[in-house]
Amino acid sequence: MNAPSVAFRKRILYQALLLGGFSTLATAMLVAGNIATRGAILERQQEDLLSSLNQVVPAAHYDNNLLDYPLRLPGRSGKMLTVYRGTRGMQISSLAYEIFGQGYGGEIRLILGLDAAGRILGVRVLAHAETPGLGDKIEVEKSSWILQFNGLSLDHPPQREWKVTKDGGRFDAFSGATITPRAVLQAIEVGLLFHREHYTELHNPPAIFNASVASDEAPKHE
Amino acid sequence: MSNQYTRIARDGLWDNNIVLVQALGLCPLLAVSGTATNGLGMGMASTAVMIASGLLISSVRGIITPQVRIPIFVLIIAVLVTLVDMSMNAWVHDLHKMLGLFIPLIVTNCAILGRAEAFASRNRMLPALFDGAMMGLGFTLALVLLGACREIVGSGTLFANAALLLGDWASSLELVLIADYHGFLLIILPPGGFIVLGVLLAGKRQIDRALSARSRSVLLQPSAS
Repeated sequence: MNAPSVAFRKRILYQALLLGGFSTLATAMLVAGNIATRGAILERQQEDLLSSLNQVVPAAHYDNNLLDYPLRLPGRSGKMLTVYRGTRGMQISSLAYEIFGQGYGGEIRLILGLDAAGRILGVRVLAHAETPGLGDKIEVEKSSWILQFNGLSLDHPPQREWKVTKDGGRFDAFSGATITPRAVLQAIEVGLLFHREHYTELHNPPAIFNASVASDEAPKHE
Repeated sequence: MSNQYTRIARDGLWDNNIVLVQALGLCPLLAVSGTATNGLGMGMASTAVMIASGLLISSVRGIITPQVRIPIFVLIIAVLVTLVDMSMNAWVHDLHKMLGLFIPLIVTNCAILGRAEAFASRNRMLPALFDGAMMGLGFTLALVLLGACREIVGSGTLFANAALLLGDWASSLELVLIADYHGFLLIILPPGGFIVLGVLLAGKRQIDRALSARSRSVLLQPSAS
């Protein structure tokens, strides 16, 4: 490598070129890195999503790819929610979407799976920052607490009982933590209300079905 | 020449160990050393960054001027960390999920900038590469040791989830040392990291003291170095 002459190196232009050159180089490296990893990262993220969806919607409840007919709707907090829909036959048979609770250590993100009648198929925690050893009993790996919601719906039990026992509801909080179970319960309740409010949009079969019905019928004229 | 490399290796692994002597990079250290596997993953990622940054910075040391060296070093390190972050996300995704938050923090590991400034910018490429590897190895060893201590005391296991990092063969490394252990929360939380690190630092001092006492007793013999 030729070292530039000492006089040139002292000029401000050289410093500027040096910084500019290295920034350009850095950008080029990042672009190359992004191109090389983008596809794989996207695949991993889809796998992650699918595996969390499969935890809350058992495979018997649908016969499509759950990522096929995503629906974007404004959630109750104004945040856009993506709803993943399982279908069987020509009917929406199951729904899964993210719900959010305000826990002790920040936001708790969960995913809620519902069947066609709005009964809970499963709830799982996606991410949380609750205290290890206390609040983390909401994880299915740590405790079966989160499984007690399976099969319940907004009317069963009645909505006023969707609380922890301390607040007059019917769900036990686990020892040492009240805020965390309360946040989870509230998130589920809000999630169920969201389902009730958007019932027609959620259960409207995806537009592609009408198209495929038409194309399925066409060959029958032969 | 080989003497120089011996010196570098000794510095990196023991005499000037990033964690045990320089006490640098403690932020990622304490955050990820809850288990030996996490420590190993973080150590390997940091080592990759140190080797590559040592090599790159040494190769451009002829054209960089002292006035702009720091921004350029930081830029190089930040690019390398981002590349490591992206490749881990793509190819060791499960580990990335556990360490993900802390990988970008490698940028703030002042040990890397420190080695760039103190060694790589003043030495030829091969020694710089070797220095990066040895410093990184020293960092990894300290992290694994700290992680192993915290994991054994805190959760009663060793190398849990190693298969996520190293492939399926590593599941034989995963040990449950104390069955039915209820865990020792303090050691898993960050304060436990400080406590165990303190014990390790004291242990290293003790060993050094014992070594120097022994060498003093053989002072009459001419030293080889």
